Amino acid sequence: MSPRNRRDQPASELRPLEFGRWAWRQLTSMRTALLLLLLLAVAAVPGSFIPQRGVDARAVQAYYLDHPKLAPILEDLGAFSVFSSVWFSAIYLLLMISLVGCILPRTKVYAQALRARPPKAPRNFGRLPASDRFETDASVAEVLAAGRRVLGRARVDVVEDADGGELRAEKGYLREFGNLVFHICIVVALVGVALGALLGYRGNVIVVEGDGFSNTLSQYDEFSAGAMFDPETDLEPWSLDLGDVLTRFYVEGTNRGAPKLFRATGGYTEGGRDRGDFSIEVNHPLSVGSEDVFLVGQGYAPVLRVTDSAGDVVFDGAVPFLPTDSTYTSTGVVQVPDSDGTQLGFQGFFLPTAYSPDPSKPSVSVFPGALNPRIGMNLWTGDLGLDEGISKSVYSLDTTKMTQVKDGDGNFRIDIGPGESQALPGGGKIEFVELKQFARFQIGHTPVPWVPLSGVGLGILGLTLSLLVRPRRTWIRARRDGSRTVVEVAALDRVPRDDLPADIDDLLSRLRADLGDAPEKELS
Amino acid sequence: MTTDQMAQLSNYLTGSAFAVLWIAFFCHVAEWISARREAPVAVAAGQGPVVTADHDADDRPETPDRLVGIAVSLTVLGTLLLIGGSVTRGLATQRAPYGNMYEFGVTGTAIALTVYLFMVWRSRIQWMGGVVLAVCLGILTMSVSSYTPAGPLVPALNTFWKYIHVTSIMVAAAMFMVGAAASVLYLVKQRAEDRGAVGPVLARFPAAARIDQVAFRVNAIGFPMWTFGALISGPIWAHLAWGRYWGWDPKEVWALITWIVYAGYLHARVTAGWKGRRAAYLALVGFATFIVSYYIVNLFISGQHSYA
Ligand code: HEM
Repeated sequence: MSPRNRRDQPASELRPLEFGRWAWRQLTSMRTALLLLLLLAVAAVPGSFIPQRGVDARAVQAYYLDHPKLAPILEDLGAFSVFSSVWFSAIYLLLMISLVGCILPRTKVYAQALRARPPKAPRNFGRLPASDRFETDASVAEVLAAGRRVLGRARVDVVEDADGGELRAEKGYLREFGNLVFHICIVVALVGVALGALLGYRGNVIVVEGDGFSNTLSQYDEFSAGAMFDPETDLEPWSLDLGDVLTRFYVEGTNRGAPKLFRATGGYTEGGRDRGDFSIEVNHPLSVGSEDVFLVGQGYAPVLRVTDSAGDVVFDGAVPFLPTDSTYTSTGVVQVPDSDGTQLGFQGFFLPTAYSPDPSKPSVSVFPGALNPRIGMNLWTGDLGLDEGISKSVYSLDTTKMTQVKDGDGNFRIDIGPGESQALPGGGKIEFVELKQFARFQIGHTPVPWVPLSGVGLGILGLTLSLLVRPRRTWIRARRDGSRTVVEVAALDRVPRDDLPADIDDLLSRLRADLGDAPEKELS
Repeated sequence: MTTDQMAQLSNYLTGSAFAVLWIAFFCHVAEWISARREAPVAVAAGQGPVVTADHDADDRPETPDRLVGIAVSLTVLGTLLLIGGSVTRGLATQRAPYGNMYEFGVTGTAIALTVYLFMVWRSRIQWMGGVVLAVCLGILTMSVSSYTPAGPLVPALNTFWKYIHVTSIMVAAAMFMVGAAASVLYLVKQRAEDRGAVGPVLARFPAAARIDQVAFRVNAIGFPMWTFGALISGPIWAHLAWGRYWGWDPKEVWALITWIVYAGYLHARVTAGWKGRRAAYLALVGFATFIVSYYIVNLFISGQHSYA
C-alpha cells in the first residue's frame, strides 16, 4: 500500500459521517430555514382555495359533484386535507428538526458568550463604522474611569499598560437570549398543538327542541378525534335535554333581519346526577367536566306527519331544515321507507317568512324569524338507497333510482303551513303539525390549550426583546501624548444601525462632560 | 343626535377625508413634478450641480419642499377627519368600528396614517408621504367599494377578545402597510443608486440603506403585533365563538401565511444573498398576502370569517 493510499483510507471510511455532518449543517443553516418557511407558506395556499374535509366535508362532496374528473386526482394529492397531507407534514417536520438543530448549538454558543469577556479593541479605529477622537487634560486613568461611568450597564473591562490603556465594553446580551426564547417557544407551541390534536376530539350534533343528547359516539352527527383519544372510554358521561331555542332578530332599521341573540336553554346531567339548568349562547359555552358545549348554529325543524292511504302514520317527527342564507331559506328531506309498499322521498325548502310579490313566481323568504312559515316540497318514489349499507345523509336525497311524482302537466308540489295538510297523489297525506327549532352544538375537548397559547405569548416577549435590544461593542483608547491625553472612541453594532454615528457623538459629549471638558476647548 | 344622523355624519366625515387625502396625494405628485422641472433649469443655468447624487439641504429647490409641507398638513387634516368618521361610525353602531370590511378599511387606514404621521414627527419620514397615501387611498377605495350601512353585528362577532384580536391585527397591518411603502421606495431608489442614475425626484428621498432601515423597523414592530393578533387573541376568540382554537378556515390559513412570510422576511435580512433586495421583495409578498386575506378571502371564499 502506498502512503498515499493509506492516507485515503480513513477519509473514505469517514465519508458517510462527513456526509451526515454536511447534510446536518445544510439542514440547520439559515438559508434552509428561510426556504422551508417560504415552502410552508406556499404549501398552505391550496388549503384555502380547495375545500377541506376537516373544515367543511359537505363542500368536498359538492366539489366531487362539480368536478368529477379533477376531484379524484386532487384526492390522491391530499388536496382535500392539505394540513394533514404527507407533503405538508414533511415540510413541517423538516422545519421542526431544523429549528431544534438550530437552537441547540446556539444555546451552547450563547452560554459561552455569557461568560466571555468583551473582545480586544481593533488596532485601527478608522475601519470601524463609527469612531472619533479628542484630546483632554485628564489623565488616562481618569478618562477610563469616566468611560466606565458613562457606559453604564454594559459589561466593561479596563486594561492599562505603560503609556495608556483601553476600555472594552459590550452590551445587548439579551438580544440573543430573546431570540433563543422565541425559537424555543415556537417548538413548545408546536408540541402543544400536536398534543392537543392527539388527545382531543371535536364533534357536532343537531338537537331539536324537546329532544335530548347524551354524550356517546353514536349520537354525534360528525365526529373527529385525535389518535390517542378513545371515544369508547374517553367521552365524559353527561347528557342534556334541550328545552328551548331562543332567537331574536333586528326587526327594523338598516340591519333588519340581522341576528341579535341566540340562546339554547334546558337541563343537563353529569355522571347520572342532575346538574340543573343550562343556558348556552354564542361566545358563552357550557363546560361539563373537561368538555365544552358551544352553540354554533340554529334553524327550524318542522314536525311533519305522513299518513298512507290506509290512514296509518308512516312518518312522524321533527325534520331539521338546514339554513342556506341569512333569511334562513332552508333545505330539508323526509325519507319514508315504507308507505303503501313503496318508498317516498320528499325534498324541498322551508321559508320562515314566505312572501311572493307575484303569485306566478315561487315565494322567497324575506325575514329569518318565523312570521309566515311555509314548506314547499317535491315528491319522489322509488328506491331511497337505504339498503346499500352506505350511510346516507339525512339532509340530502339520492334521486338516481327514483322518479319524481307528477301532477297533471307539472311536478307535484307540496305547499303547506303549520296546521295544514295536503293530500298526496297516490293517496295518503302530509301534515305540518307544528314548528320547532333546532340547535347545532359543537362539543369538544382541547387538552392543554394553554401550552401553545402561552408558548406563543412568551415567544412574543422574547421576540420583542430580540428586536429591541441592540448589541453593541464600544472601545475607548486613551494614550498619553506630551501633557495631553488623546482619547479615541469607536463602536460596532452586530445589527447595523443608522444612528450609530449620532450615538458616538452623544457618547463623546457625555464622556467630555464627565471629565469636566467643555467641547469648545477642543483644539488640534 | 340619533344613530341615523350619527351614521350620516360618519359618512360625511369619511367622504371628506377621502377627498382631502386625494388632494394631499396630488401635492406629493406635484412635489415630484416640480422637483423634476426645477432641477434641469438649475443645471442649464450652470449654477447648480449636476443632479445625480443626493442634494444637500441647502440647494434643494424650494417649491417641492413647500408642497411637502402642504401635503403633510393636508394629511393631518385628512387623518383627523378619518378618525372622526371612524369614531362617529362607532357611536352610530354602538360598538367598535370594525365589524365589516368597510369599517375595517376606514379604521385601519386611520391607524396607518396615524403611524405614518407619528413617524413623520419622530423620524421626519415625510418623503414617504406620496407612497403611503397611494397605498392608503387604494385600501380606502377597496373598503368604500364594499360599503355596508351602519348596523349591529351578528352575535358571534361581539366579544372582548374580538376587539383585542381585530385591534392588534389592524395595528400590525398598518405597520406592514407603511413598511411596504418603504420597501417599494427602497427598491426603486436602490436600483437608481446601482445604476448611478439618481434623478432629481429620487434625490429627494434618503439613501436606499436608510429607507431599508425604516422598512425594517416598522415591519419588526408589526410582526409581534401580528403574532399576538393572529396566533393568540384570534384563536382565543375562535374558541369562544366556534368551539375550536384553530380550524384551518381560509382566513386563518392566510393569517398564518402572512405570519410565515414575515418570519421569512426577518430571516432573509440576516441571510447572505437574501438581505437587501430579496428581503424587500419578501416584505412586499407579505403585505400582498395580507391584502389577499383582507380582501379576496372575504369576498370570494366562503368561510366562517366572511362577514355578512
Ligand atoms: C417556525 C420556524 C421559525 C420561525 C417562525 C422563526 C422566526 C424568526 C424571527 C421572527 C426572527 C427575527 C427575530 C430576531 O431577530 O430575533 C428570527 C431570527 C432568527 N432565526 Fe428564526 N424562525 C424559525 C426557524 C428558524 C430556524 C430553523 C433557524 C435555524 C437555522 C432559525 C434561526 C434564526 C436566527 C439565527 C435568527 C437571528 C437572526 C439575527 O441574528 O438577527 N430560525 N427567527
